[in-house]
Amino acid sequence: MGTTTSIAVHHVTRVEGHGNIVIDLRDGRLTRCDLEIVESPRFFEVLLKDRPYEEAPRITCRICGICSVGHATASIQAVEAALGVRPGPKTQRLRRLNMTGEWLQSHVLHVYFLVAPDAFGAPSVIPLAAKQPEIVVRALRLKKLANEVCYTVSGRHVMPISYQAGGMGYWPRAAELEALRGKLAAAREDVDATVDLFATLKWPAVERACECLAAFDEDGAYPMMGGPIRSSTGRTVPPPGYRDAMQEYLVEHSASKHVKGREGTVRVGALSRLNLAADRLHPRAAKAAARLGLAPGAANPFLNTPAQVVEIVQAHEEAMALVDALLADPAPEGRAPVTRSRGGKGVGICEVPRGTLVHEYNVGSDGRILSANCVIPTGQNLAAIEEDLRAFVPALVEKPKGEIAHFAEMLVRAYDPCISCSVHMVDVGFEGEG
Amino acid sequence: MRASVMATIQRPKAAFFSFGSCEGCQLQVLSVEDVLLTLVSAVEIVNFREAIDDRRDDYDIAFVEGSVVRPEDIEELQQIRKRAKIVVAVGACACLGGVNAIRNRRSPTELAREVYGGRQDGVFKTLAEAAPLATVVTVDYEVRGCPIDRAEFLESVRSLLAGTTPVVPAFAVCVQCTMRDTECLVRRRIPCLGSVARAGCDAICPAYGAPCEGCRGFHDAPNFEALGEAFYRHGMPRSLAAEKLQLFNNFKDIREQWEQRLPSPSTT
Repeated sequence: MGTTTSIAVHHVTRVEGHGNIVIDLRDGRLTRCDLEIVESPRFFEVLLKDRPYEEAPRITCRICGICSVGHATASIQAVEAALGVRPGPKTQRLRRLNMTGEWLQSHVLHVYFLVAPDAFGAPSVIPLAAKQPEIVVRALRLKKLANEVCYTVSGRHVMPISYQAGGMGYWPRAAELEALRGKLAAAREDVDATVDLFATLKWPAVERACECLAAFDEDGAYPMMGGPIRSSTGRTVPPPGYRDAMQEYLVEHSASKHVKGREGTVRVGALSRLNLAADRLHPRAAKAAARLGLAPGAANPFLNTPAQVVEIVQAHEEAMALVDALLADPAPEGRAPVTRSRGGKGVGICEVPRGTLVHEYNVGSDGRILSANCVIPTGQNLAAIEEDLRAFVPALVEKPKGEIAHFAEMLVRAYDPCISCSVHMVDVGFEGEG
Repeated sequence: MRASVMATIQRPKAAFFSFGSCEGCQLQVLSVEDVLLTLVSAVEIVNFREAIDDRRDDYDIAFVEGSVVRPEDIEELQQIRKRAKIVVAVGACACLGGVNAIRNRRSPTELAREVYGGRQDGVFKTLAEAAPLATVVTVDYEVRGCPIDRAEFLESVRSLLAGTTPVVPAFAVCVQCTMRDTECLVRRRIPCLGSVARAGCDAICPAYGAPCEGCRGFHDAPNFEALGEAFYRHGMPRSLAAEKLQLFNNFKDIREQWEQRLPSPSTT
C-alpha cells in the first residue's frame, strides 16, 4: 500500500473568479495536478446571437469587470473588421489611452493588492495597510489615477460606455484632458516608488521554457491595440488566422476551454509581451525592466509580476504622451463610415493586461450577429499553469502540505488569472452556419 | 425595519459573495479609493475572496453580486441567508438577472446543443434560467445597476450603518438626462429605455453616447406602451422596445411586466 497525499485549495483567494487547485501525490510521485475552473458558465457567445452589432461592445464588456475596456476594444475591432470600418487616428489614440488606464488599473491591483501581501507576509491588503500604510495608500492613489483615465475617455472603467463602430460616442473636452494630464504627471513619483518597491522582492527560482505569444501593433508601438500574433518560435499569423496560433480544446475539470499552440502550452501576458517586444518599450520602462532583472527569454512564470510593474511604467508614460497628442488637436473626430453594409466575418485582437484577447463575429446583412467566438488570455494560460505545476511541484514533495499549497497558489496568482473572463463558454455552432 | 438592527452593532462584520457575474461590482466597491480605508475600519471584512485570504462565516451583512445560475448556487445562497442578518443584492445580475438572463429566452435543450456540444454534466451544469437572488432567498436591500454606482453603494452602506433604509430613486432616467442637459436619444432614432428605467445612475450612458438599456430595472410606474409609441413616432419599430428590454430585464417575472404590452421582436 502506498501513501497518497491530496492537497486541495478550494477557491483560490486573491484571484479574479472561482478556481480550485487539486494536487495528488502518491509515494512522492505527482499523480494529479489540476487547476479546476468552477466559475459559473456564462454563455456570452450565445448572448450575442441575434443582437445588433451596436450592442456587442456593451454586452461583451460585461464578460469581466476588470477587463471590460479590453473586451470593448476587441469587440469594436471585430465589429469594424466585419463591416469594413476604419476608425481615424485620433479615435485610435483615444481608445489606446483608455487601454493604458485599464492596464494601470489591472496591474496595480494585481501587484499591490493580490501579490504584495505574499511578499510582505500578510494575508491580505487590509492588515498590510496597518503594517505599511504608505504602500497601500500609494497603491490606492495609482488605482484612482487609472480609473480617472477611463472615466475621462469612456465615462466608466467597469463597463465603458462610448465605444461605437468607427468612432467614440463621447469626446473628452480639452479641460478634462488637461486635468488628467496634471494628475498623470503628479503620479511619476508613485510609479518610480513602485519600481523601487518591487525591485527589493525575491521570486521563487524556477524555470520552464514555453512558447510566448503577443499581438503586435502594426505601427511599431508596444503591443496593446493588437495586430498580427507573433510567437517566440518566430512565426507570425495575421488576426483572421488566430486559430493557427491558438487552438482551443475542452477538458473535464474546467468550465473554461484550454488552449495550445503549435508546440504545446503557450504563455500570454506581461512577461510574454516583454519577452517579445522589449525593443518597443519606452526608455523609462526599459530602465525599469533592467532594474527588475528582466531580460528577453525569461522562462520563470513568477517574473510576470515584475513584468507587470514594467508595464505600469510603460502605460503611465504612454498615457501622458497620448493625452499630449489629443490636446495638440482637441477637435472631436467624426465616425468613420461602414463600407461593407452586407456584413461578414471580422476578427478583433488586442493585448489586455493578461494577454492576447480575440473576438470574432459574423455579422449578418441585417446588422445582427450570427455567431461569435472569444478566446480569452486566461484560457490560453491555463494549460501552461498546470504544466508549470507538474514541472515544479515534484521538487517540493518533501515539504509540508501547507507549503506546497502556498507555492501552488502563488504560482496561479502570478499569472493573474481572470476566471470570470475565461468561462465565457464556447463551441457555438449555430444552425445555418458552416 | 431590518436596518435598525445594524445601529446596535459596534463594528458590523461584512462579507462579499459572488455568483454568476463579471465581478465588476466588487471592483466598483474597491474603486472608492478615497474612503476605502475608512470603509474597512467602519466594517470588519471577514470574507471577500477576491481580495483577502480570511474566510469566516460570522458576518452581519452579506453583499451578494451575481445571478443564481447553477444548482449548487441555491444551497450556497440559502446558507448565506441563514448566517447574515442583512442580505444586500448588489448589481443588475443579483437584482434582475441582468445580462445572464438574455439566454433565458432560449430553451435548455437549445442551449445544451449550442454550447459545449451538448455537455450538461459536472462543471458544465447550469439551471434552465439565470435568476435574481430574490427568487431563492429574501433580499433586504438592493443596490442596482450594471455596474453599481460607487456613490450609491457608499450611501447604502452609510445608511445601513446608521440603521436607516437606503433610498432608491423612484423616477425615470429621463429626469436625470434632462437635468444633465443631454440631447434626447430617442429623438435621434436611438432606442433608449430612459423613460421606463429607474434613475440613480445620473443618466451616464446617454451622456457618453449610448442608449439607456435599463440596467437598474424599472421605476415605479413604467409605461411600456408609451415607450413603444415613442419609438414608433421617431421611426423605429415598436418591437425594438421589447428587444432592448431583453438585455437586462429578461428574467421571467420581470419580462411579464412588459411582454404583453409590446409587440414581440421577430428574433424570439
